[in-house]
Amino acid sequence: MLEINNLHVKLEEEDKIILRGVNLKIGAGEVHAIMGPNGSGKSTLSYVLSGRDGYEVTEGSAKLEGAELLEMEPEARAAAGLFLAFQYPVEIPGVGNMTFLRTAVNAQRKARGEAEISAGDFLKLVREKAKALQIDAEMLKRPVNVGFSGGEKKRNEILQMAMLEPKMCILDETDSGLDVDAMKLVAEGVNALRGAGRSFLVITHYQRLLDHIKPDFVHIMAAGRIIKTGGPELALEVENNGYADLLAEGV
Amino acid sequence: MTDLDLEVRDGVDRETIETVHAMSGTYKYGWSTEIEMDYAPKGVSEDIVRLISSKNEEPEWMLEWRLTAYRRWVQMEEPHWAMLHYPKIDYQDQYYYAKPKSMAVKPKSLDEVDPKILATYKKLGIPLKEQLILAGVEGAETMGERKVAVDAVFDSVSVGTTFKAELAKAGVIFCSISEAIKEHPELVKKYIGSVVPQSDNFFATLNSAVFSDGSFVYIPPGTRCPMELSTYFRINAENTGQFERTLIIADKGSYVSYLEGCTAPKRDTNQLHAAVVELVILEDAEVKYSTVQNWYPGDENGLGGIYNFVTKRADCRGDRAKVMWTQVETGSAITWKYPSCILRGDDSQGEFYSIAIANNAQQADTGTKMVHLGKRTKSRIVSKGISAGRAQNTYRGLVSMHPKATDSRNYTQCDSLLIGDKCGAHTVPYIEVKNNSSRVEHEATTSKVDEDQLFYCRSRGMDEEEAVALVVNGFCKEVLQALPMEFAMEAQSLVAISLEGSVG
Repeated sequence: MLEINNLHVKLEEEDKIILRGVNLKIGAGEVHAIMGPNGSGKSTLSYVLSGRDGYEVTEGSAKLEGAELLEMEPEARAAAGLFLAFQYPVEIPGVGNMTFLRTAVNAQRKARGEAEISAGDFLKLVREKAKALQIDAEMLKRPVNVGFSGGEKKRNEILQMAMLEPKMCILDETDSGLDVDAMKLVAEGVNALRGAGRSFLVITHYQRLLDHIKPDFVHIMAAGRIIKTGGPELALEVENNGYADLLAEGV
Repeated sequence: MTDLDLEVRDGVDRETIETVHAMSGTYKYGWSTEIEMDYAPKGVSEDIVRLISSKNEEPEWMLEWRLTAYRRWVQMEEPHWAMLHYPKIDYQDQYYYAKPKSMAVKPKSLDEVDPKILATYKKLGIPLKEQLILAGVEGAETMGERKVAVDAVFDSVSVGTTFKAELAKAGVIFCSISEAIKEHPELVKKYIGSVVPQSDNFFATLNSAVFSDGSFVYIPPGTRCPMELSTYFRINAENTGQFERTLIIADKGSYVSYLEGCTAPKRDTNQLHAAVVELVILEDAEVKYSTVQNWYPGDENGLGGIYNFVTKRADCRGDRAKVMWTQVETGSAITWKYPSCILRGDDSQGEFYSIAIANNAQQADTGTKMVHLGKRTKSRIVSKGISAGRAQNTYRGLVSMHPKATDSRNYTQCDSLLIGDKCGAHTVPYIEVKNNSSRVEHEATTSKVDEDQLFYCRSRGMDEEEAVALVVNGFCKEVLQALPMEFAMEAQSLVAISLEGSVG
């Protein structure tokens, strides 16, 4: 599904190198987790993959189903099936959540040469998906993320994901700022989307999210590289011992 | 909120995006219909004023009124206090009267209207039923639930007013001002110039001398106008200044909502436009006046475009009178416009909602005046200015609390959004408070279009222009919501269209 080869990235404005040769291969239907200390480059990886400005790829490639992502505009990456659940979802005052969702869904359909979804079908679909995430009609009506609590924002990200039905989902610290109940809800939302060949890359600091979203592989990232890969037990190891031992190994 | 509401509101936004896609980067209304024109010679003089008056078959008193204005105008100087820069206007190099030849004798019904004119309206994308109605489609008047009566001003002559019969039943008079001068002289005589005096300002005075046509509305006491009234202005002839004059009188306890939409085809030379709108609002009456203005803004380099110098004023003459101005100004090379409210009656209320978009080389200097004269008068100003390209956008507003306007209140919110780094936004509030019991609030913000917001939209699949349109429409939401539904749709798409090419 996603194949990242020897990815090197620096900040555009300054000579700060953030990623130093990331290699990662995610198969269809697989769930991968990336853990790592602050500043290891986890979030940068997610931004670079989704096409945010401010980064310069100096070397390497990232392919989604064989197509080079790094050459596409952000919207083309989205239409190709990539989705990033933001660590800090952005507020858009005055734009109704529902409007935003439908504009996004139709933009992607259009980019793929499909017909737009009818108002009725859309409404039915969004209601159904929102219900599972305990998002009420009121929240759908409110402006995108404006005045949402931390938990609401993250649930809203998962709702977008559910509506857009991407092939490759990246969750950037989706668990940050969530209480246990909210995390469970978000995890259930994600789990409901598993299967059908959909792949996930879950970026997190903590093992607890991985109790709910069971990964197939766990990667440890440090100083811009993946230094260790293992199964779910690797996350437990981090939880118990911290990163210090792994970092020592990795060097 | 019911399901239906949700769908309707959503539909509005969907339409915006569809419209954006349906249109290329050029001015949608940039074509001109080949209709034989009947011009008066170039320039303005007493003779031209007489000619216009006689072409409209006006009575002597109207001619005298015009001549008084003209004689005053020749002694006046064009004002230059606004933050607008444009080449000197040669007032003698303009046509002051152009009338489609086939309209020399006004049609008795729409069937008699030149099909080319009707095709013009079609191309304009006049929303919903109006186009059908204007095109004379059988049964159009009874389609749908909402009704809109249209008085279309094609260049200088009103081509036909629909819905007359139904309005007449309610006692509402809605016709061209030239017709009103002939048919209802007592009303015109009493009210014309009573809100915007002949000598009010340079442009209003010019209008008073040479106005060609416009709309007239009278709502009798206690009458709620059974439909929204609508006028479409279009400037079609080259070098023709369009000088409409609109007079609306809401008698005691009446209500009317009036929509005004404007477009002009693409021309290389600047076209002068100086309109006057007067609203007379008596005791307990309410008027809503909404404008969507998308005159040709000129090209990317600032060539061509309309010079729009407009005087709009509402006089809340009676107690508890209410007025609401809503404007979406996306067009014109130069916009000079300050729809104002004279809050004369006690407890009268004035509201002003504005979206002004200036892209490329456009310049807008617009705002409002809230003149509080009566006790416990209230006013509210919400202004959203968007600048892109090399455009300059100025909000200029006056809030004045007179000594007798005790316990009055004003709230002003003035937000500016910048797209790119070559444009400018300016806010020039004038506040005068001459009593101790009134309260004036002014809030202003200026921000740049947020890169994070755009990226967020794009990461969900919207292209950059779609993302900008969405974010800007969100920024304008408060004002868009103040518009009647038909206009809200048109306005949203206009917001998107006028910002095309402003990013990337």
